[in-house]
Amino acid sequence: MADPVLEIRDLRKSFGALKATDGVSLTLLPGEIHALIGPNGAGKSTLIHQISGALKPDGGTIRFLGQDIGGLGMAARARLGLARSFQTSSLAQEFSALRNVMLAVQAKQGSSLRFFRPVMRDKSLTEPAMAMLERVGLAARAQVPAAELSHGERRQLEIAIALALGPKAFLLDEPMAGMGPEGSKSLTRFLDDLRREAPILLVEHDMDAVFALADRISVLVYGRIIATGKVDEIRNDPEVRRAYLGDAA
Amino acid sequence: MTRETFANALLALLLLAVPIAASYMGEPFYVTLATRIAVLALAAVGLNIALGLGGLVSFGHAAFFGLGGYAAGVLATHAFNAEPLLFGIASTTSMPVIWLVAIVVCGLVALPIGAVSLRTAGVYFIMITLAFAQMIYYFAVSWPAYGGEDGLSIYVRNTFPGLNTAQPLPFFLICYVLLLLGLLLFRFLRDSRFGAALQAARQNATRLAAVGIPPFKIRLVAFAISAMVTGLAGALFADLNRFASPSMLSWHMSGELIVLIVLGGIGRQFGPVAGAMLFVLLEYVLGGITERWQFFLGLILLGVVLFARGGLIGLLAGRARHG
Ligand SMILES: Nc1ncnc2c1ncn2[C@@H]1O[C@H](COP(=O)(O)OP(=O)(O)OP(=O)(O)O)[C@@H](O)[C@H]1O
Ligand SMILES: [Mg+2]
Repeated sequence: MADPVLEIRDLRKSFGALKATDGVSLTLLPGEIHALIGPNGAGKSTLIHQISGALKPDGGTIRFLGQDIGGLGMAARARLGLARSFQTSSLAQEFSALRNVMLAVQAKQGSSLRFFRPVMRDKSLTEPAMAMLERVGLAARAQVPAAELSHGERRQLEIAIALALGPKAFLLDEPMAGMGPEGSKSLTRFLDDLRREAPILLVEHDMDAVFALADRISVLVYGRIIATGKVDEIRNDPEVRRAYLGDAA
Repeated sequence: MTRETFANALLALLLLAVPIAASYMGEPFYVTLATRIAVLALAAVGLNIALGLGGLVSFGHAAFFGLGGYAAGVLATHAFNAEPLLFGIASTTSMPVIWLVAIVVCGLVALPIGAVSLRTAGVYFIMITLAFAQMIYYFAVSWPAYGGEDGLSIYVRNTFPGLNTAQPLPFFLICYVLLLLGLLLFRFLRDSRFGAALQAARQNATRLAAVGIPPFKIRLVAFAISAMVTGLAGALFADLNRFASPSMLSWHMSGELIVLIVLGGIGRQFGPVAGAMLFVLLEYVLGGITERWQFFLGLILLGVVLFARGGLIGLLAGRARHG
């Protein structure tokens, strides 16, 4: 088996008495979509925060491309090739959609300590950023400030920003949330292709999307992974059905 | 030409035409008033880099304004008394050298202050920057070698090659050109990659970090550049008054710079110019009528905050736009 791109071992994080991450281990393999599912409050977002560097774990290790990234900040992890989206969109609200993506293109190109050339006249920023917006179907809205985009459009913009980073792995926290059935379907097709660019750790409540996309599924309940396996194994796992899936499967 | 460019050009022309006319009509006082506007505006242009673009509400920029002033005062005093500086280096009254010293000193002081202050945010950032500035203020007040509480007089205004700086108009022109350069720098910064990162840090620092740009580093560089511009203005201010006063270092001064920016329009290129014009005119007109002119300044500030968030530039040129 190929070396994992991302390898998490025995990760722990408590908020007071609440164990939000309780000894989680998982891997993300090259080319796969690994779905992380579980009920509300299970600790899925908390896990994504720790992997991306937004939260510091209490214990455990996170290895990315063979390197222990536990000591690195969020920006350093992003530069190594970890791109994430946020469950609640996190954008530069005053900037247009285009400028939000340009920021990622700029980061990808290297130092931001450049003081003179105006960004809006810099084709090496605007053109790749526009191409990313086209890929997610947001080109027509390029000039609209992020604050004025619809909920679904903001989700698309988050994806465009992550794409622009040309990452080695995607961490997507509920990209379908609030997208509507049409949006979910087209995003499902999109992610299906995206795994060829980089593997995806996908947190998602939309079970149709998860069953359609996932190579493997891990089920998180109360901070613990209660099962990991292929789609059919998870669908038929009695404990998973009781804890989470219910009738959905 | 956009409405904002037009408004900016108008303000720049006005600030140039009035003192030139006043000078030819033999009214040097108005030239001095215009110089005061230009210098305060330049100081606020500096603060506007941190506050307007970066959202860093520094309540300690008087530290840099005062340090710039003391750079001019100390160098002038040493030159006047023919006392060498440290290590036997001869002092100078040449403005360009003094400016360079002011800028370098402010940059070097801003880095450690910023490195500590920028670990915090919000009210804590405001308070820590204030605390650092007050430390420098008390240090200056209690250091008799450079005037202590009395400040430091500059007996003869420092010199600029080829110009008679003792005359009001040439000195105004020096300050005016530096203000224009400061405004140009502000614009380059705002529109550059650095400016994009800095403005993103204000809007959403998590987003900036998530694309791989560390907000702390961007803010620290912005804080230092901001301090250097304000420090340059401080050197000019001391030469304008022929006096480096500890009051330049006090928290009143920090507050005044923030007020200028809020009056003029936070984050707008010409906000500090509009703000400084209004401030100095109020100070002059109302100050001639009543000692309590700052009461009316307060009322106007209240009006701006409640009804005209974009400040004067917002009224003249409409809302800011981001490419
Ligand atoms: N900063 C915090 N401080 C205290 N408790 C927190 C914090 N962040 C999350 N929690 C708690 O940790 C638990 C896990 O939260 P988390 O957001 O990771 O859940 P989730 O699986 O993403 O849920 P959802 O499906 O609703 O997004 C919840 O009980 C939440 O209330
Ligand atoms: Mg969540």
